[in-house]
Amino acid sequence: MMGRDLGIARRWDRVVDRYQASSRPVKIVAVTLVLVFAYALPLLRPPIITTQSIDFGGVMFRVIAFALVALGLNIVIGYAGLLDLGYVGFYACGAYTTAVLTTYHWHWPFFLALPVAILVTMVTGVVLGAPTLRVRGDYLAIVTLGFGEIIRITVTNVEWLGAAAGIKDIAHPNNIGKAPTPPFDPGGMFAIPRLTWEGFVPSVDHKHETHVLIFGALDAIPYYWLVLTVLILVLIGDRLIKASRVGRAWEATREDEDAAELMGVQTFKYKLMAFALGAAIGGLSGSFYASSQSGYINPLSFPLLLSMLFVASVIVGGAGNRWGAIAGGALVAYLPERFRDFADYRLLVFGLALTVLAVWRPEGLLPPRRTRRAKKAEAEIEALEEGELDEVDHA
Amino acid sequence: MDFGALFGSLDNFLSFTMGGLVFGAIYALIALGYTMVYGVLQLINFAHSEVFMYGTFAVAWVFIALHGTGSATWSLGHAIPYLLVALIAAMLLSAGVALLLERLAYRPLINKGAPKLIALISAIGASFALAEAMGLRDRIASWVGLDGKLANYVAPNKARDVFSNPVSIQPHGLFEIGGYKVTDVDLVIVVAALVMMVALDQFVRRTRFGRGIRAVAQDPESAALMGVNSTRVVQLTFLIGGLMAGAAATLYMMKIGSTRQNAGFLLGVKAFTAAVMGGIGNLRGALLGGLILGVMENWGSAVFGSEWKDVVAFILLVLILLVRPSGLLGESLGKARA
Repeated sequence: MMGRDLGIARRWDRVVDRYQASSRPVKIVAVTLVLVFAYALPLLRPPIITTQSIDFGGVMFRVIAFALVALGLNIVIGYAGLLDLGYVGFYACGAYTTAVLTTYHWHWPFFLALPVAILVTMVTGVVLGAPTLRVRGDYLAIVTLGFGEIIRITVTNVEWLGAAAGIKDIAHPNNIGKAPTPPFDPGGMFAIPRLTWEGFVPSVDHKHETHVLIFGALDAIPYYWLVLTVLILVLIGDRLIKASRVGRAWEATREDEDAAELMGVQTFKYKLMAFALGAAIGGLSGSFYASSQSGYINPLSFPLLLSMLFVASVIVGGAGNRWGAIAGGALVAYLPERFRDFADYRLLVFGLALTVLAVWRPEGLLPPRRTRRAKKAEAEIEALEEGELDEVDHA
Repeated sequence: MDFGALFGSLDNFLSFTMGGLVFGAIYALIALGYTMVYGVLQLINFAHSEVFMYGTFAVAWVFIALHGTGSATWSLGHAIPYLLVALIAAMLLSAGVALLLERLAYRPLINKGAPKLIALISAIGASFALAEAMGLRDRIASWVGLDGKLANYVAPNKARDVFSNPVSIQPHGLFEIGGYKVTDVDLVIVVAALVMMVALDQFVRRTRFGRGIRAVAQDPESAALMGVNSTRVVQLTFLIGGLMAGAAATLYMMKIGSTRQNAGFLLGVKAFTAAVMGGIGNLRGALLGGLILGVMENWGSAVFGSEWKDVVAFILLVLILLVRPSGLLGESLGKARA
């Protein structure tokens, strides 16, 4: 089965294997390098991957925000095995909670609204999950799909939530450093120039500087840094919980719910927990989305299509592997932006790409280690069985 | 909330019910495609909504070909020959798209024994690509250098916008049930849908092919051992689903008269909801689910206002699943008795 894959996939597997085989210090160095590169990426603007027609910083923000969503959804789909097609509902929930709290009568600062948004979304997750998690598999998929739609229709029709016009002037995160004083002083602690490339020759571009850390409409890079930091924190939490009893319970439930139940795992409780946690991360990302550059949301920002894209990024990346989810999310957000030159065809190409990718590498780009091991073992057993049968035939 | 609008008089109640039945019949026809594929392959054929959407375009194209682009209003009697041609065209196109989907997006995955979820992604991708291809039909025509010849079919005004049937069908009242005028269009839709559902039900229950479908649905491996060609069965399932979606598209165009590249999406979601409501994998369940969904959402729109129509549909779904977690007739295609 693997033999039919193209070379890139196999080579990538080999890189993963080599990383996993290396010693601890090597791992730490590798991770640090990757992190530094990740933080510097929107400033480095490497050729080929940089988008030309639209702001690369903005694209990177979208990419990282998408990766965060995928990481959250990975808990629900990848760990607990619950197919949630309405994740955009939680995303919208977080975004709208932030929007309402930081505008209208309240005018809360962003970082005060953020935890409330997470909490509200978590409660929403429990409220949706408590009745619906009793149904299984594809039934759950359609119920959650309905939930996403209900949220969208609700925000479209409730005047208090801005209805179709949406909510504007959502608070940005608080600035760190000197506040900007218009018209000429951009504020911030210090400014970092970015690189421009002529072919493959870099030079420093002092005309476009990023002011650290000013969150405003001008520059998306501080948002990128903020969300990247949050992503790393969530990753650490994700790692801890996956390795805990809870994570094991999730995996057991995913693999065989009845067996898990018989072994004393309270599957319903753990499924609900996965749902609530996933929802919370969805709300977190929605919250960032609402307060990002434009500070404006409306119901059109949360189409059901987005939900499909979220699911696609988790599965494309390899459900159950946190790095896979991140890579998948990044890819799904990035590809349409990179191919903006094709303007109208990009969604067509994107759709085809999803199908081709699914057919080409059905286990996702980065399948979880356990899946790969299981697959290898299966292949071995099969080979053994066939060998034995052959022997019997000869005898 | 205005219960008076619905329950105030028997007339209102009946008219909302009848109106709901008409849409319910269309939902049910589309739901067949979901439920059959699910029954056989255990996967949500997410691109089925696009199969339906291509059918609606086929109907509009047939009318343009036979009638031209000038708009007109006809009675149903006048339009019947056109509708029959359109029905055949829509069924053929939809079935063709469904078969193509099966070949390109599903079969390679099934052959590889890929996880079910990845098939869903493949379907979502295919759904995107199909919808977008329809939205870009003018460009695609110009790539192959046919945009001049196909102008009427590819770009009536703006390719991504609504594509209207040039002929709108004027319904005529036939008789009244408690103040609701049953029109010929409504009657044809409901009767045609019912006839097709019954025919399909009998097909699955009585013919050799039907037995093959049920066998694969129940146990693919045993079926293969008993000499059932499962690839053929899957193909047939997609084919039937496509034919039914094409028929639904014709009925939809009779009633609504216009379509767009994303026309299938919400309808597809509704149809899938109907299939799940009735018990996915169950043909009779799809009919029941479709009709109930159509009626209930019409009642809901009367009580809560039409903007809450879809919310009613989904909340109803949750309520039904709470009481019966595997749908109203939670019995699978495989277990349907001969």
